[in-house]
Amino acid sequence: MVPGDLRYTKEHEWVRVDGDEATVGITQYAADQLGDIVFVELPGAGRALDQFATFGVVESVKAVSDLFAPVSGEVTGANDALAGQPELVNSDPYGGGWMVKLRLSEPAQLDQLLDPAAYEQLVAEG
Amino acid sequence: MPYGPHAADDRARMLEAIGVPSVDALFDDIPEPLRASPLRLDDPEPELELSARLAALAGRNRVDLASFLGAGAYRHWSPATVDQMLLRGEWYTAYTPYQPEVSQGTLQSIYEYQSLLAELTALDVVSASHYDGGAATAEAALMTCRATRRDRILVSRAVHPHYRQTLETYAQGAGLVADEVPLVADGPLAGTTDLAALERMLADPYRPVAGVVVAQPNVLGLLEDMPDAGRLAHAAGALFVSVIEPVSLAVLAPPGEYGADIAAGEGQPLGIPLSYGGPYLGIVACTDALVRQIPGRLVGLTTDLDGRRAFVMTLRAREQDIRREKAASNICTNQALLALAASIYVATIGPHGLRDVAALGAARAAELEAALAAAGAPRAHDGPYLNEFVVRVPDAPALHARLLDRGVLAGIPTASLLPDEPSLADGLLVCATEVTTAADIDRFASALRLELAGATATGGVR
Repeated sequence: MVPGDLRYTKEHEWVRVDGDEATVGITQYAADQLGDIVFVELPGAGRALDQFATFGVVESVKAVSDLFAPVSGEVTGANDALAGQPELVNSDPYGGGWMVKLRLSEPAQLDQLLDPAAYEQLVAEG
Repeated sequence: MPYGPHAADDRARMLEAIGVPSVDALFDDIPEPLRASPLRLDDPEPELELSARLAALAGRNRVDLASFLGAGAYRHWSPATVDQMLLRGEWYTAYTPYQPEVSQGTLQSIYEYQSLLAELTALDVVSASHYDGGAATAEAALMTCRATRRDRILVSRAVHPHYRQTLETYAQGAGLVADEVPLVADGPLAGTTDLAALERMLADPYRPVAGVVVAQPNVLGLLEDMPDAGRLAHAAGALFVSVIEPVSLAVLAPPGEYGADIAAGEGQPLGIPLSYGGPYLGIVACTDALVRQIPGRLVGLTTDLDGRRAFVMTLRAREQDIRREKAASNICTNQALLALAASIYVATIGPHGLRDVAALGAARAAELEAALAAAGAPRAHDGPYLNEFVVRVPDAPALHARLLDRGVLAGIPTASLLPDEPSLADGLLVCATEVTTAADIDRFASALRLELAGATATGGVR
C-alpha cells in the first residue's frame, strides 16, 4: 500500500528525494481521511521553509488541514495543476497530486522521518 | 454529568493549567471602575408616567434643523416598501443559516444582497456583511496582509478618521503596521491623497507594502485619482483597497473598473436610517483571486440531490467555527437584517433610481456650493466632488455653534473631524443629498450671511 521509496511524516506527508531536490505530497491515507479535496493552497517559489513548518493548506469538503514541510529547504516550485484539479490529490497522491518541490538545505533531516514500514505501522494503529 | 459547559472543577483545572489564581485575575488589566458591576435600577414606574418621561427625553432631539451633515452617514429617502418588508416575521430568525434545509429564504436573501452589491462594485465576491464601514475597511486591510504575506498597510489620511482608528486597532492586535499617506496641502489637488508621497512610501525596499487604502469620494468629499493610486500599489506588489460610498457607485466608476482588488465601505446610505452610531452595515467585496481571504459568511447557489436550485453557505473553511485560529476573521458577524434592508432598497429603486439619487444629490450640492459662496463661504478645495465639500469660514467651530442656534446643522467643522490637518482648521464639511430642499439651502445661506455680516460689523472680533 505504502510506496517503498519514500519517507513519511507523522502528519502524513511523503517526501521523495532526487539529488538535492525533494518532492512533497500527502499520503493516500491522508487523502482518504480528508475526503474529496477541493482546494490546495501552496507557497510560491523562493520561500524558505524550516522542517515541520506549515507551508500550505489542504481543504476538503469536510475539513481543512495544514501542510507541514518534512525537511528544511527553499521552495523551487509548486504543482500548479492542483489549482484546476485538486482531485488529483485523491486520485494520484504519489504522482500527479504532488504539492511542492524543495531544494534540501539539511539532507540529514531525512533520517528523522519515518521509513515505509514505520509509516505503515502508524497508519495501521490509526 | 453537569449540563453547564464549565463546572466549578473544570474552571479550577483550567485556571491551574494556565497558572492564574482566579477568574477575576484574568481581568486585572482592566481598571476596577471600568469593570461590570451589578446594575442598580430605580423602582419600576407606571407605564403612563414612563412613556411621558421618555417622550420628554425624545423631545430634546432637534428635528427642526436644516441638516447638511454627512461625513460618513447620509440622509436619504427610503421607500415605504423597505420598512414594511423588514417588519415581516419571517426575517426574525437565526441570522446565520447553518441548516440550509430549513433556511432557503434567509439564504436567498443573503445571496441577493451579495449579487446586488457585486453588480454595484463590479467585483466578483461580496461577503454577507460586517458591522460597519470601519470594520469592513479594517478587514479589507487585513486581507491584503494575508494575501501578500506582508505586514505593512498604507492608508490615506483622506480615509474617514473612524475607519483609520478601527484599522489601527485591528493592525496593532495582529502585529501589523498602518502608515498614513499625507494629503496634498495646496494647489489644484489640495485635499486629495498625495500620490507622490504614496509612491515614495511604496518604494522602501525594506518595508514592502501589503495594501494601499484610499477612499472614493474621500472624507472631504473630493474625488481621488483611483486608477493612478491602484497602478502605484500594484507596481509595488501591493493590493489596492477602495473605500466606497455605495450610492456614489451609481454615477462614479465602480472599484472593479479601476483595478481595485477589494472594496470596503459603509452600507447605511442604502435604505438604512440614520441612528446614533448604528447599527449600520459593513460592505466587503473582492476579486475571485482573493475569495479565500474574504472574511464572513458567503452564500452560494447550487443544486440539491433532485437538481433543484438551492442556496448554501459556502467556502466555510475560511470561518472561525471551522478553523478557529486560522480563520479569515475572528471579529466577524453578519448584519443580516441591515443587509436585507439594503437589498430591498436597491431592488426597489433599481439602477435608474439609484442613479437619480446620486445625480440629484450632486445637483443639490452644486446649488449649495453656489449659495454658500454667494453668502461668503467659498469652497476650500479646487478638485471635483460629488455631493459633499469643505467651505472656508472664519472661526468654524464657533460659527457652527451659532448656526445651530439658528436651526442650521452646518455639517461638521473639519477641525473636529481631522484635528491633525492644520490646513483644515477653518472649514466646514457640508453635504447635500436628494432630500436636501431649496428651502433648506436658503435657510443655511441666509443664516450664514447674517452671521458673517455680524462678525464683520463687530470688526471680526470674537
